[in-house]
Amino acid sequence: MKCLAIACFLACLGTTTSARDVMKMAVTTSFHNSGLAEVLLPEIAKDLDIEVQLLVVGTGQAIRLGQSGDVDAILVHARAAEDAFVAQGFGTHRRDIMYNDFVIVGPTDDPARVRNATSASAALNVIAGAQVAFVSRGDDSGTHKKELALWRSAGLDPAGFGVWYKAVGAGMGAALNTTSGLNAYTLADRASWLNFRNKGDLVSLFAGDPDLFNQYGYLPVNPARHNHVRHDLAIQVESWLTSQTAAELINGYKIDGKNLFTFNASP
Amino acid sequence: MSGLFPMTMVQAQTSWRGKVLVGPIDATLEGQGATVIIGPNGSGKTTLLRLMHGTARLTGGEINWACGLEQARHHQGFVFQRPVMLRRSVLDNIAYPLLIRGMAKSRAHAMAADWADRIGLGDALDRPATVLSGGEQQKLAIARALITGPQVLFLDEPTASLDGQAKREIEQILLQERAKGTRLLMSTHDLGQARRLADDVMFLLHGRIHERGNASAFLGRPETHQARAFLKGDIVT
Amino acid sequence: MSDLWAGLSQAFWLIVGLDQDLLEITLRSLQVTLTALVIASAIALPLAALLAIRRFRWRRSVIAVLNALMGLPPVVVGLVVYILLSRSGPFGVLGLLFTPTAMIIAQVIIIVPLVASIAHQSLRDLWSEYHDLLISMNVTQTQKIRTLLWDARRALLTASLAGFGRAIGEVGAIMIVGGNIDHATRVLTTAIALETGKGAFSLALALGFVLILLTISINLLIHWLGRTEKEGRW
Repeated sequence: MKCLAIACFLACLGTTTSARDVMKMAVTTSFHNSGLAEVLLPEIAKDLDIEVQLLVVGTGQAIRLGQSGDVDAILVHARAAEDAFVAQGFGTHRRDIMYNDFVIVGPTDDPARVRNATSASAALNVIAGAQVAFVSRGDDSGTHKKELALWRSAGLDPAGFGVWYKAVGAGMGAALNTTSGLNAYTLADRASWLNFRNKGDLVSLFAGDPDLFNQYGYLPVNPARHNHVRHDLAIQVESWLTSQTAAELINGYKIDGKNLFTFNASP
Repeated sequence: MSGLFPMTMVQAQTSWRGKVLVGPIDATLEGQGATVIIGPNGSGKTTLLRLMHGTARLTGGEINWACGLEQARHHQGFVFQRPVMLRRSVLDNIAYPLLIRGMAKSRAHAMAADWADRIGLGDALDRPATVLSGGEQQKLAIARALITGPQVLFLDEPTASLDGQAKREIEQILLQERAKGTRLLMSTHDLGQARRLADDVMFLLHGRIHERGNASAFLGRPETHQARAFLKGDIVT
Repeated sequence: MSDLWAGLSQAFWLIVGLDQDLLEITLRSLQVTLTALVIASAIALPLAALLAIRRFRWRRSVIAVLNALMGLPPVVVGLVVYILLSRSGPFGVLGLLFTPTAMIIAQVIIIVPLVASIAHQSLRDLWSEYHDLLISMNVTQTQKIRTLLWDARRALLTASLAGFGRAIGEVGAIMIVGGNIDHATRVLTTAIALETGKGAFSLALALGFVLILLTISINLLIHWLGRTEKEGRW
């Protein structure tokens, strides 16, 4: 019995830290689901000798982590929340990095006739009118905020919706799983959608409206608030993310031969 | 070396929820021989033994050992009516009292092995104690109680549920101990056993010592009529 | 159904091919859970023994609360530990958040009530057997506890294994306090959650089968080492 205990502890000792600098960054599930991180992170490690540890959480939680200083920077896509983050002094500044877009997905036979809609809010309008199942992120994420903004511009209030409106309170993948399971409609970011492997009967029905524009912003956490954060590393990573190298990698990233992100950082 | 004795009990009693179970008891015990306590069921034999041993709480009066209570506790052994076996081997069971007193394991095991031989369990050292027969378990319990060399051995109806053979073997051991000078205080239902082992007898009735005397005198010609009735085999209330 | 078969075959190939990532997260799962188990047992077993032998006024309530804590939702434990370990929290200076240590802490909190409650019941039963004997022999409190713990070791092993099962399959708490960081705090259960969220069901199932296999293997190993179920042994 003693040998087992000793073996266990020896195994536990195996988790030693390396000499490389470690930076913690909270990113949204939609960013992570795109798979872009798998391309960028090794390059950052190679060029800057920084190990970026990603905490993949919802936008709300990412902001919360930034507020409590548990991460060194955040990468989210909720402009209003980001501005508030900086205004309240939690972040030093925000920087545009890249954008992709949202798509409305739904069942192939499209009972609400979303395909023929002329705009994003019009599409949501017909869904509400037809009262067909719609899955909402319901988790205060960037995607969720975008969805709510679209309902607003269509003059509708989700608070008054019937049971066809299903707020799942989960990440993009989980929401897509539910959508697939219910054969419903939902708003998804293109990256998560393209990478999603359980599409079932769902297809992309509507895209291209400038309203579905999805901007990602990078915000380093303010060292004045939490003096232990690796602000130096956060700035280094920011410079890298806004550099030509990053531009090429981001613009060149494709899923199924389709371009996903457009780099738009200004120097 | 009879540092524990004489032991005196002065108005000693124990009660539970207002009801007196045993007592008041006035008695003096000297350091030699075997005292056997007899009496009908419910007369308090077990409780009296526990009271003397210190595992039943005194709620009135006092019990005084010559060397003081603290000291006395470490020179006593107690054998229960139904033997309690630790879930260990025979050897470990017998050695247990020595081990908890800090004796080195090898020495404790050697002494335990000796005792095991004496009680006829020398071949069963590694067997789990719980698989032994009733008689073997009781012999083990006695060996375990005696291995620390106590000056007093309390026994609560030690052979109550055993067959003749086991009874005889145990009485042999007890007689040997008595000869060595160990004070025996035991209760029994078996009047023949009382005859065989006792130097003096206490007859308990309703929690009090109804009569007490030298064994041959009491068993031959008891004074009280309840004692006479009991010895005859009548139900005594 | 095809997902199930796909999952099984994927699991088979991952194991046979000694997939690097799989090995890494499996090892980390074991490290975290076994460490948590050892620590939790070191706390829970003596606690259970103490509760079994000591009589004090609030004993019944303490035991009832301990039993009730078995039902503590792990994700709530995770949240509380997160708040405590967060940089803005009281223990933030220790820098433990998002490390395997934080995961171990959360799991210890979750399984101590479980191990203690199950152990306590066996120890209570054994104590009622040993009570008269040990009191009569003037055994000290510490010796009482040690005797009980040793003699009840097989039942205590069961209690520990119950704790192991609860911890190895836990995902809510360690997701929050560990962060599921790739190559740092990702374990089997959080990886399963991640793959499920990506809709990659067959990979998630594959990892699930690996987890089940792991749990069964550890249990068998412990039983074999402890030589339980042998003839004539309790």
